[in-house]
Amino acid sequence: MKLDWLVIRSEAISFRIDRRVPLMLLCLAVVIIVAMVMNVGQGEYPISPLDIVKTVLNLDTGNPDHAFVIHNLRLPRTLVAFMVGVAFAISGTIFQGLTRNPLADPGIIGINAGASLAAVTVIVLFPSAPIYTLPVSAFAGAMLMAVLIYSLAWNNGSSPILLILMGIGLSAIASAFTSLMITFGDINDVSNALVWLAGSVYGRTWEQVFTFLPWLIVFVPMALTLARHLNALNLGDDVAKGLGTRVEWERGLLVLVGVALAGAGVATAGMIGFVGLIAPHLGRQLVGTNHEGLIPTSALLGGVIVIVADLLGRTLFAPIELPCGVVTAAIGAPYFLFLLIRNRKK
Amino acid sequence: MIKASTTSPREWKKPQISPFAGLVLGLVILLICLVYSVTLGAAEIPLEEILASFVTFDGSYQHLVIQTVRLPRSLIAILVGSALAVSGALMQGLTRNPLAEPGILGIQSGAALAVVATIFIFGSSSLSILTIVAFLGAGATAMLVYFLGSLGKGGPTPLNLTVAGAALTALISSLTTAILIVSQRTLEEIRFWLAGSLAGRDINMFLQALPFVALGLVVAFALGRQITTMSLGEDIAKGLGQQTAWVKIIAAISVVLLAGSSVSIAGPIGFIGLVVPHIVRFFIFADYRWILPYSAVVGAILLLVADVAARILLKPQELPVGVMTALVGAPFFVYLAKSKVKK
Repeated sequence: MKLDWLVIRSEAISFRIDRRVPLMLLCLAVVIIVAMVMNVGQGEYPISPLDIVKTVLNLDTGNPDHAFVIHNLRLPRTLVAFMVGVAFAISGTIFQGLTRNPLADPGIIGINAGASLAAVTVIVLFPSAPIYTLPVSAFAGAMLMAVLIYSLAWNNGSSPILLILMGIGLSAIASAFTSLMITFGDINDVSNALVWLAGSVYGRTWEQVFTFLPWLIVFVPMALTLARHLNALNLGDDVAKGLGTRVEWERGLLVLVGVALAGAGVATAGMIGFVGLIAPHLGRQLVGTNHEGLIPTSALLGGVIVIVADLLGRTLFAPIELPCGVVTAAIGAPYFLFLLIRNRKK
Repeated sequence: MIKASTTSPREWKKPQISPFAGLVLGLVILLICLVYSVTLGAAEIPLEEILASFVTFDGSYQHLVIQTVRLPRSLIAILVGSALAVSGALMQGLTRNPLAEPGILGIQSGAALAVVATIFIFGSSSLSILTIVAFLGAGATAMLVYFLGSLGKGGPTPLNLTVAGAALTALISSLTTAILIVSQRTLEEIRFWLAGSLAGRDINMFLQALPFVALGLVVAFALGRQITTMSLGEDIAKGLGQQTAWVKIIAAISVVLLAGSSVSIAGPIGFIGLVVPHIVRFFIFADYRWILPYSAVVGAILLLVADVAARILLKPQELPVGVMTALVGAPFFVYLAKSKVKK
């Protein structure tokens, strides 16, 4: 038995992670920085990587346009892409762990539909509402949806299959109401709402970055500290109880964190589907199934996925921009089907 | 257990009227609904005016509204409702999947994508072209869902098909949304249609879609006996000497004709195809020779009623009828999933 765990113990926290995790996180961080630089450099107005680094570090590049393009347009957009990627990936990891269902994804089990209905309602009915109300209302919609799905799928314990089917049914109800809003709204509001529904980081500004940041600051550390309990819950309720986990309480907290991250993510960038599905799977391939290492790994992977999807969406059919949600769906839906088929074979 | 076979549950659940009389009764109810759907709306029109508009048409405002707005709309509701219900019944019988429905299995989203893409590329197109395109989209998606669903364990089980349909719908709708984002013109032209609506349709649309739907219905009704056999399971059907491959292909053609033409005139209207066959099966058991025509009548009645409700609930605003059917049908889907799908 090779010692392949890193154990960190102190008074307050204890962490036990796979040896591969720190190196993996480092590699991913490098990938993220490269992807961000590429994303900032690409566009109508190409900027060289060196100039980007200089501009971000506030060094003079001899071109006043650089500062404007980067600081006002592209940097916040890239940061938002990274942040929502992190949020969706952690949310997906939590739901996959909780439901012990590798297909659970906040998009597929209908939580995003609830969030987007709430947010579209706010956009169309109260166009003048301040921006920070969006994540809050999306969170409320997502929470309501989660509670509904969970209670409907309860069948002497929650059945993974029923969770997916209930998600499909309730998503249909939520989408019906969303179409209602789309039918009645002012065409410009609707056009905005649609871009946003497809999942896009188009035109995101510092305002969105700072609206979203508190949600990450609160809930990401929570997810990391709860990871231990997610490991225990993943073994089944009885085992988890035996390991000293307060099952219902920890599960409730985890659901809260997962829903909050998904809701805030949807409110910021709309329905970027399948990120929460793919990231945890890739993460498990890289660092195994221990959630203490898996959550940060899949978080960074999610960030990479959304940044790259945004880059592809902007460059594939330039000058037309595809929302990055379309790109993730085009890649994610086939992957989902592949997982479905592989799962059935077991 | 030998005695039990003489009084199967079917014996005592049987309704007291013959299936044929029931069908006639259904048609009478449909006719009454049709008349009412013409009288109700933004402006109430008395019954005698409706009759007068046919007998002594005088070009008055009321007569014009009846002949050019209300009547075509109601006729299209009947056409679309029966097409959706029968295609749902066919799918449920063929796949033995209680959740099968052109909307859930993604066939409507495929047809919708085809229509949206055509309008985007070629600008406004005539309805007959859009109908053909919708057929192609519906057919391609149907084959894809069935293929993907049958790759899973246990072949095309209800669950495999439903989940494959949902994933494919996610993919297809994201492409549709992409087109609508890129082109506000297409969005403006199509947004009400996308929610599933019967508004602003004229009699020509009805006449253009009629032959396709009629053909689909005739093919479906002719297959009743074979579908009944298929619904016992493919192995049994084969054992009884049925050419299952042919039955599947012909039924699929009928499904595509019905679902495609209904999408092309009314947009994706969900859940009619899911709910109606279940209602009908509650009264008539496993005999698709009766289930199919009954589904046609009940589907027509349901969509007519849903459309009237969509028109008068929020007067003078009008709801897309697809929203109404989803609000009623989706809870039903949830109930079915909970009660009929094995864990």
